[in-house]
Order: sequence, then structure tokens, then C-alpha cells
Amino acid sequence: MAEDQVIVGLEVHCQLDTKSKLFCGCSTDYRSDGPNTHVCPVCLGLPGAMPVLNKRSIEYAMKVAKALNCTVLNESEFSRKNYFYPDLDKAYQITQYDKPLAEGGYLEIESDEGGERRIQLTRIHVEEDPGRLVHMGNAERGKYSLVDYNRAGIPLIEIVSEPDMRSPKEARKFLNKLRATLEYLNVFDSDKEGSLRVDANISIKGNERVEVKNITSYKGVEKALTYEVTRQKNQIRRGQRIERETRHFIESTGITQSSRSKEQEHDYRYFPEPDLRPLHVLSWVEGIVLPELPDARRERFVLQYGCSLNHARTLTGELKLANFFEGVVAADPKGLSTLAATWIADTLIGELNFRSMNLDKVDAAGFTGLIGILKMDTITDKMCVEILRDFLDRAKKGLHYETPAEIMDRLKIRKVVLLSGTASSTSSVYANLVVGDPITDVIREQPQAVEDYYKGKKGAFNFLIGQVMKKTRGCADPGELNRLLTEALKKREA
Amino acid sequence: MESQKLTFEPDDRYNAFLTICKKAPYSNGKLSGIAVAVKDNISTKGIETTCASKILKGYIPPYDAHAVELLRKAGAAIVGKTNMDEFGMGTTTENSAFGPTLNPCDTGRVPGGSSGGSAAAVASNMVQMALGTDTGGSIRCPAAFCGIVGLKPTYGRVSRYGLIAYANSLEQIGPMGRTVNDVSALMQVIAGKDRHDSTTYDRPYTHTPVADVKELKIGIPEEYFGEGVDPKVAGVVKTAIGRLEELGATTVPCSIPSMKFALAAYYVTCTCEASSNLARFDGVRYGPAADTKKSWHEAYKEVRRAGFGTEVRRRIMLGTFALSSGYYGKYYAKAQVARENVKADFKRLFSEVDLIAGPTMPTIAFRLKEKSDPLSMYLSDILTVPANLAGIPAISVPCGKSDGMPVGLQIMGRPFEDECVIDAAFAYEQAVN
Ligand SMILES: [Zn+2]
Repeated sequence: MAEDQVIVGLEVHCQLDTKSKLFCGCSTDYRSDGPNTHVCPVCLGLPGAMPVLNKRSIEYAMKVAKALNCTVLNESEFSRKNYFYPDLDKAYQITQYDKPLAEGGYLEIESDEGGERRIQLTRIHVEEDPGRLVHMGNAERGKYSLVDYNRAGIPLIEIVSEPDMRSPKEARKFLNKLRATLEYLNVFDSDKEGSLRVDANISIKGNERVEVKNITSYKGVEKALTYEVTRQKNQIRRGQRIERETRHFIESTGITQSSRSKEQEHDYRYFPEPDLRPLHVLSWVEGIVLPELPDARRERFVLQYGCSLNHARTLTGELKLANFFEGVVAADPKGLSTLAATWIADTLIGELNFRSMNLDKVDAAGFTGLIGILKMDTITDKMCVEILRDFLDRAKKGLHYETPAEIMDRLKIRKVVLLSGTASSTSSVYANLVVGDPITDVIREQPQAVEDYYKGKKGAFNFLIGQVMKKTRGCADPGELNRLLTEALKKREA
Repeated sequence: MESQKLTFEPDDRYNAFLTICKKAPYSNGKLSGIAVAVKDNISTKGIETTCASKILKGYIPPYDAHAVELLRKAGAAIVGKTNMDEFGMGTTTENSAFGPTLNPCDTGRVPGGSSGGSAAAVASNMVQMALGTDTGGSIRCPAAFCGIVGLKPTYGRVSRYGLIAYANSLEQIGPMGRTVNDVSALMQVIAGKDRHDSTTYDRPYTHTPVADVKELKIGIPEEYFGEGVDPKVAGVVKTAIGRLEELGATTVPCSIPSMKFALAAYYVTCTCEASSNLARFDGVRYGPAADTKKSWHEAYKEVRRAGFGTEVRRRIMLGTFALSSGYYGKYYAKAQVARENVKADFKRLFSEVDLIAGPTMPTIAFRLKEKSDPLSMYLSDILTVPANLAGIPAISVPCGKSDGMPVGLQIMGRPFEDECVIDAAFAYEQAVN
């Protein structure tokens, strides 16, 4: 183990995707409505109002506990975490303290060195989300802040890991795997704004640990931790001590900032919530039927579709992606799965990320059509990318839908058939697209390169390929060109 | 619904009411047209509810407490909100931000507390019945001091939804009236499971009092007649217990050893819970508005310092301290152990006896300002807090006078045997009237 070994532990808060709040009947579907429209005496913390536990939230949390191999406690209990803050209506948060819903468990991630690595979990508990402050102006010097209690009482699950991760990248993998698992369980919607919040503990072995709070995105975790690793290592290199402290992640700048306010010296004065009875839900565990989870699906993709392990991992890493893949290949699993896996995992995801586009917007049937065209060998990979880009751009802009075949026609994309002496390709349909005989032309025009090729000079062949490609405006199939050029050169030598 | 109106314009010379509803709507039902007063820590939709605190001045709840909703459904006319010790913290109703309530039996004395306003309103005939709340004796004490009947139901028998919490694990809403029949009638209306209060049980009260104590075994704990109990009061109560024996009950001496720790367990528990419950009063949503020019925590401090009375601030600080890191184990956790001991003592006793009887209060009503020392006020709760710690039903029924002032006989019973407690009180009441 290296001396500057990084040690990371995460506390992940996810909103459970229930219909109603944790302790009242208010709807959780508040995002498109005005402030303070999804509230009642309970979630406003009005005097005299009392919490009533929403069983569905516990069921959801138990699903997670079972999927993550946790031990559900025979008795768990809700406690009050007392602190003052304007977004906290009761001045305490109902959470779980020394008797959480479940303890232990683990999640397997792909380690940086390859293979699976088991990240141990400490506990899982359920708690309520506080309200939300909207600062008018900036937080320090703004005129005032507004409070919106729509979010108050939304059920959260907190998943605490052991300090088992060894790099920011592993932390991100943990988070992605956790997200996938929660989505497969159908208890979490990662698309909802603010549905995830992460606090991370990070230290360099042998030094104090630092808590980084306020990370609200998947990418943010890796960013914040990478920043911290650099900061802490630099500090150690300069011979300075790492202080045990809480830092806040500033999403916009990607840095962490020490928060030395009194707010951090909280004594939360936990005690059992007297308005709720202790929970005895151990007996529910048996009745929970888990759906197929990411690991199982990954293995199935390898077996059933012949996906490579990497492709299978990527495709099953997100529920929607896995479903999309299976949708695309459904008509002809044998014929399409290899091409589809490659094109979804290696190209589509990148193209979507580039466009900040959601997979939901991609028409699966259209994509299947494109893979079909590719399979018929009537377009090159490069053409396929071109069609795909146009296809995605149209979807993103919300333009009139065109099938890949229609896009092909509009863009006049056709694979160029090379006619090289007698080794001409047989597809006469495309003959009109070919200008002369590019291979013969290039051999005639580039005697030096041809000479070099015969002498065995490196790069000569690729140069000739490039010249032919240029003449065909890049529309030649690279494999076919390779074959035909080799043949032509051999012929000439003989 | 509430189509009829009751005119209510009482001569409130005792300062029993904080709010009077001169035209109180009511409807048909079991309590149709009956004037019922409601303690001011119980939420009433559209009627100011202050807990006798400046910090809630102007707060008009947008919803009815479950017990109030049931009262309205039964036809009762909610005629006003009664004075109390601020947030229920006191034994005299002197700790009200809006002035003390006077005892109708002697205006130089306190009515007891914290439901002193409700007791005075009933004792002075302004209303026939009232709702009080009992955290450590707050129904039974004023009932005893004012010479009326008051019941603290079994914990979980009456919904607390809408009761502005002081100490959630101890308190119950309960009926107060001039007669056991009135108290029983109110119980019929307010008891039962409420889906808004997870600590309620499906144990409705459908009982009509029966004056019968024959074959009942009543335990008389020595601690209820020991040190700190005025011998004259003890004498009056012993005579009353003699009356129960004449009616056919047998009495046996017994002991509650855990009583030594009961008061401490009670005060630690209630202050801890209070410190958390009262933290929400910050000037943001109700009560006097916080100064928006100040930073939020400065504004909070200001509102809370000015808004809470001395006793409330004292209990918030005690509770905050007792829960703080490093002290939880010494105080809160220990108090819960003591509480379990009290429960165990009662469980053991109730395997031998059906009821336990003794005085409600160690003395008659104090003179105004007599209990200026908080500790001596706390000590006067010694006979009432055990029932709250154990969650058992306990009633106070008038049983004579000492120095011209009413004395209350307290009868405690097994959990959910409120009926048995009521029957014994009814038997006594019928025998002496
Ligand atoms: Zn609500």
C-alpha cells in the first residue's frame, strides 16, 4: 500500500421516490409547482401536528437494505436531531440515530485494478428532508431569504459506507453502482433535481480526515475528492498538518472551502422521537422480492447476448441504458446484439453526453434501424456516426422525426464502391457514385510512395490509403479499401 | 354543520379565559349546545391559540386538534380558550404571560395548574365542562384545588394531535367537569384511535359510570401519606378512603419505592422534550416576527429571549443541558431507567390491587405568589407525576375540605382501565352527595 494512500468514505442521501411524504400525506411531486403548495400542518411543523410514518417509505428502504445485503435490525427507532436553521421547520429533523433501520452490508464495484471490489457499508437509515431556502441576492449579502417547505418531509435514505474506497474514481464508481441499484429497485429517480446529496470523508493515510459536505452531483463527488487529494497531498508535502474539519464543496468552481462557522460545532442532542413508536419490521424482509439487480443483469448480458464484460458493465450501469439495449436487440438478438452493444456503449453514450441529452429522447426503433443498416454493410462506421449525429440533433431540437434511412437519403450518404481494375466490386447500384478508379489513379500518381511500399517502408501503405480516401471524400469502406489496394499493388508488382 | 350559536358572555372575574367566543357555533349531537372551554394549548381552527405565551400571540391555527374536532362533531359549543401556565409549565397558572387565574373558592389563592383556567371556568359555573391537559398533574392538580373532577386518561387513549406539545411522552388531553358523569360524558366523545397520532390505541370509551366498588381491592401507598404531605389533607383523604371501604372496597397498604426517583425522572424527561418541542418558536412563521434586518440566529435569539417567560426559559435550558453531548447518559438515559422502574412498580402493584388511592396534591391551593421558588413548586407535583411516568389513568375527585379549601382524592388504575377509575370516583361522589 502506498504511503500516500487515499481513504474515502461516503454518506449518500437519496430521496425515495414515494408518492407521499415521510410523515404526512402531502404529495412529493412538487418540483413543477409554486413554493409552499405541497404542505400541511405536519410538514410545516405547526404546533401540535404529529408525524405519522408512511409505510411505503420503509418498504422502499427495506428493499434497498436487502439489495445491499444489510442486516435489518429487529427494533429500530426514530430520533430527533436538534438544530436551528431557517429551513428546518420544527428545529429538529426526524432521523434515525443509534437504532437505524439496517446495519452492515456491502456493494461491489469494479476496482481501479480491474475485477470486483467489495465496499462495506456501515448502516442505512431513513430520515426527512428539510425545506429549502431561496436566497434573494447572494447568501452573505442578500436582502433576505425565502423558505419553501415543499421539500420538507420528503423521505430520504442515508447510506453510509465504511472508509473503503481508495480513490476519487472509486468513489464515483460506488456512487454510480449505488444509483443503478436504487433505480433497478424502482425506489429512486436520479433525474429529479436535488434527489441526491453526498457528504464525503477523505484522508491521506496517517493523517486527519476531512469531511466534504454539500456535493449534489455524481460528477461532483469525483471532482471534490480529486481537489481534496491534491490539496491534502500538497499540504503534507509542505510539512503542514491536515486539520480535522468540515469543508463545503462549491459546485460552480470545483473547489472545497473550509466552513469555520459555529454551525459546524453542533451538538445535535439526539433523543428518541416520542411521537412515533419503535419500528419492528424485520419480518418484512422475507416478503420482499427483489428484481434483477445490476450484477445479475451484467452476467446475463454476457451470457445471453455475448457482450464483452466491459460492454455489459457499461450497459447495465444504468437501468434505462440496459432497457434501451434490450429494446434495440429484441427483434433479432443473435444478429444485432454485438453491433448494438458496441454502438450503444462506445458511441451513443458519448454522443448523448456531448449533447447533454437524455436517453429518453432517443427513439429505440430508429436506433435499431440504424444498426440494421450498418449490419447490411451498406454504410461505413463513419457514415453511421454521421447519421446518428443527425438523428440525435433532430431529436434534441424536436424536429420532425426522420428514420435513419430517410436521413441517409437526405444527406446522400452511400458507401462508395471501389472499382479497381478487374477487382471491381459487384454492387453496380452504387457505380454511378464512383468517380473514375481512385485506386488505379493513386498508384499512377504516387510512384514514389508505391516504390517505398515495395521497399517495405513503413507508412507508405497508409499514405496510399489516405490518398484513395481523399479521392472518395472519405466514403470508402476502410476494410474493403485495404483489401483492394493490397490486391492492386500485388498485381502491379507481379 | 354548526348552524346554531350559543351566546357566551360570562363575568370572567377570575381571568379563566384568554379568548372568549361570544357567539359560539354548535350543532346537534350528544353534547349539543353544551358550553365547553378548551385549554389554550389545544389547537382550535380559527381561534387564537397561544399556550399563554407571548411567543404565540396572534397565532390562529389553521386546523382543529382531533379532540376539538370530535367535540364539534358531538355538538359542543367551544366557548373559549382557557388560561394556563405558559406551555403547561407550572402548578399554579401564575406562569401565564396574560396574568394569573384566580381560584374561585378563594381569590387570594391559585387555582392550581397548569390547566387552572379550565378548572376555574368549571368551578365558577361559567362552563359545564372543559378540556385540560395533564403532563405531570396539570388536570388533577387544578381539579383538586378548585373542587372539581378531572381525569388524566391512559396514555394513548385520547389523541394528542393538535395539542401543542410540551412533553409528548407524558401528556394527555383529558376531561374536567363538576361531576364524574360530566367527565365520563366528555371521555365518550374524545377517546379513541386517531390516525394522526401514532401513539393512540383503538380503545374507545363507551362507558357509563356505575357506582360500585364492591370487591375492589385498593392499594394505599405509604409514600402518598408521608413526608411533605399536609397531615390535614392526608386526614381528609383517609376519611374519604374509609368511605370507599364502607361501600365495599377493601384497602391494603402498599409501597412504591421508585417514587424516590419519580420527580427527578419526570423533570429530566419533560424538560428534555420541551427543549426540543419549543425550539420551533423562532419568529419565522408565527408569533411576533423576527427582526429581518438581523442575521437569522441573532433574530431567533431576540425573539426567543423576549417571547418566553422565565419558567419556560429555565426548563428549555435545563432540557438542552440534559441532552447535550456527555450528559445524555447521566440525565436523559438515567431518567428513562427510573421511569421503567416506576412502571414496573405499578405493574407489580396492579397484580395485587385493582386501584391505588391517595391525595391528589400534598396541600390545599397555594396562596398567590407563595411558590416563588421553582423547586418547591416542582416538589408539589410529587403525587401526580407517577401516573404520567407510568401512563396509567388517574382521576381527582373532590373529597372534602381542609382550611375551607377543596381537597382531591386521587384514584389510579391499570392502563386502559379508565372505566374502573371513573366508577370508583363515581361511587364515592354518589355516596357523599
Ligand atoms: Zn405535509
